[in-house]
Amino acid sequence: MRFAFTDDQLLFRDAVRDLLAKECTPTDLRSVWDATADGSGHRKALAWSALASMGVIGLTAPERVGGLGLGMLDLVLLLEESGRVALPGAIVETTAVTAPLFASLAGALSGNDDDRVEGWLRSLASGGLAVTTSLDGAGLLPWSSAADLFVVADAGRLLAVERGQATLVSQTSVDAARDLATVSLSGADVVVLAQGDDAAALTAAAFDRGALGAAAQLLGLADEMLRLTVDYVKERRQFGVPIGSFQAIKHHLADALLALEFARPVVYHAAYALDGGSPDASRDVSMAKCYASDAAATVARQALQCHGAIGYTIEYDLHMWMKRAWALGAAWGDASFHRARVADAILGPRP
Amino acid sequence: MDLNYTADEDAFRAECRTWLAANVPASPLPSGDTAEGFAQHLEWERRLFADRWSVVSWPEEYGGRGASLWQWLIFEEEYYRAGAPQRVTQNGIFLLAPTIFEFGTQEQKDHYLPRMAAAEDLWCQGWSEPNAGSDLAGITSKAVRDEVAGGWRLTGQKTWTTRGAFCTHLFGLFRTDPEAERHRGMTYFLVPLDTEGVTVRGVDRLDGDEGFAEVFFEDAFVPDANTLGAVDGGWGVAMATTSSERGLTLRSPGRFMAAADRLIDLHQRRDVSDGVDPAARNHVTQAWMDAQAYQLYTLRDVTDVVEGRSPGARSSLNKLWWSELDVRLHETALSLLGPLGELVDDAPAAMDAGAWMKGYEFSLSGPIYAGTNEIQRNIVAERVLGLPRK
Repeated sequence: MRFAFTDDQLLFRDAVRDLLAKECTPTDLRSVWDATADGSGHRKALAWSALASMGVIGLTAPERVGGLGLGMLDLVLLLEESGRVALPGAIVETTAVTAPLFASLAGALSGNDDDRVEGWLRSLASGGLAVTTSLDGAGLLPWSSAADLFVVADAGRLLAVERGQATLVSQTSVDAARDLATVSLSGADVVVLAQGDDAAALTAAAFDRGALGAAAQLLGLADEMLRLTVDYVKERRQFGVPIGSFQAIKHHLADALLALEFARPVVYHAAYALDGGSPDASRDVSMAKCYASDAAATVARQALQCHGAIGYTIEYDLHMWMKRAWALGAAWGDASFHRARVADAILGPRP
Repeated sequence: MDLNYTADEDAFRAECRTWLAANVPASPLPSGDTAEGFAQHLEWERRLFADRWSVVSWPEEYGGRGASLWQWLIFEEEYYRAGAPQRVTQNGIFLLAPTIFEFGTQEQKDHYLPRMAAAEDLWCQGWSEPNAGSDLAGITSKAVRDEVAGGWRLTGQKTWTTRGAFCTHLFGLFRTDPEAERHRGMTYFLVPLDTEGVTVRGVDRLDGDEGFAEVFFEDAFVPDANTLGAVDGGWGVAMATTSSERGLTLRSPGRFMAAADRLIDLHQRRDVSDGVDPAARNHVTQAWMDAQAYQLYTLRDVTDVVEGRSPGARSSLNKLWWSELDVRLHETALSLLGPLGELVDDAPAAMDAGAWMKGYEFSLSGPIYAGTNEIQRNIVAERVLGLPRK
């Protein structure tokens, strides 16, 4: 029994943290917001090629296509780091969701389609292909400007369509960096990745990996919001003392840390369950997303309250993290959705 | 990460389970916080000891099995899963014993530990006083040096002493240097309650049991051998105990996982026709998840301890979690019971013998004892997050 990461996993995490601190600064993130506001878009995602060079983007792709052939437990800490800097970009959709999906399709499709999927996978592993996904039926695709390929669950089929084939309709998100769009597939050259029961099974598995990825990012977002707030309340003085010395502030932030620290092992455990093919893995992922969504919401709320009015401005950075936390808290199934999935698993179907 | 137990640990679990299945009383004992129930619990404690299950994590020479922390967790899981009785010896075993192991002399270990393991000596905690609860450093009970007799004379009052009316010994803090700064000048004493000048008065608790006591000291003499750790160094010795009390040794996850399983069982016996709110399904699920989360957090915690990374002040997070989850879990049970929830003490119409209301009442003490949750939040904010004390 050992509930801890390996030294290698922690070193990889530290390297990614250092890289993202340079490649995705709050100023960089702000420029992504501005690009959305002036309609210029942002075709190239922040830090993508640097992450690809380190092997992060292709982490879960098989070694035969140039990936690292690693699993969710190796990825989860790196996704947490991407959340810490509120990284905009399809890393969850590409690395957690699509790479294992495409790898599992090898040899399952007819010759031409098989070649195309293999080509995409190879390109993905090298950082040359960003994939965004919509698997929950809502049809919303995040990071749409920077994506080269769209994977969509649609009417019982799982489809892939290249950027040039799809007609995108931009959808404004509270988090401008999310760069949301809906896609129209009519007349598009789609590759049918699966249909019927196969599509349902592959979509369900892919959805679980996406939910876990979002949960990991929510941990990072929450951690950074809490750090920012702790620093602020140590500095900000009222009544002649730092506001962090007031018990009301202390208790708000203790509650925030409590929620975050108990979500953390639940998320890591779900990664372990997915990698091991546990029969309870979907339930465990739902626990993870439920706790991470709730924790990020709690931390965001306390962070804003402890900042006071400065937190309620666009010029202060907190809002970009908070809005990402709201968006990701609801994406890939919100806390209520996942709690209901756990309920079905432990109590049986709803009467 | 490897969340599998070894073959040896699995075998240990099987051994625990087999013994518990053969020995746990078929029907629950009366509360151990009553005179009648306490006597029955003592019989149970002695049966545990006879087969070396009373203190599994202690070295064999003191009556234990030298079990690892992992084995201890397994034992606790199996213990609560089997519905075994509450441990009336817990304040000695889980709070005092770790302190004796750390600070005690060899003579103290040899004398006290085997008697504690055998439930011959029964220990209660003497910390709180009428004017010193959360502010423990404000205690005024004092110990005055008696050079001639070679010991100390204790004067003052302790209160909220759990099971004090049934115990034989008290461990507590007394002020030995009245001139010293508040956190200094205290000494940790081990006091037999039959010492001349010690008077114990039971106090009925909210739940109706005589679980509390006040303990009065009037010039009660204890010899030098009854101090634990350095004279005037009692604060540091006591703080070593508080981390045991807040952390996992007092409230292991097994207890809450078993309670969550019983809650699920109750849920399956109640439905909308009983007037149950359909939203209760979510609350039952949340309670179950909260217990699982505590288990996962603990696996991480134990890994850290085993690998030499101390949880330190993070044990306050532990205490916040288990105490508040326990309240929510019992609130959920009462909502499932609806109008039957108020029935207690084997009322003929009660479900589960009215145990849920008793459990609810007890759960409400969790955020108060072992340092109130307000104090725990202060500790988390100041020592984990680094916020200024003033």
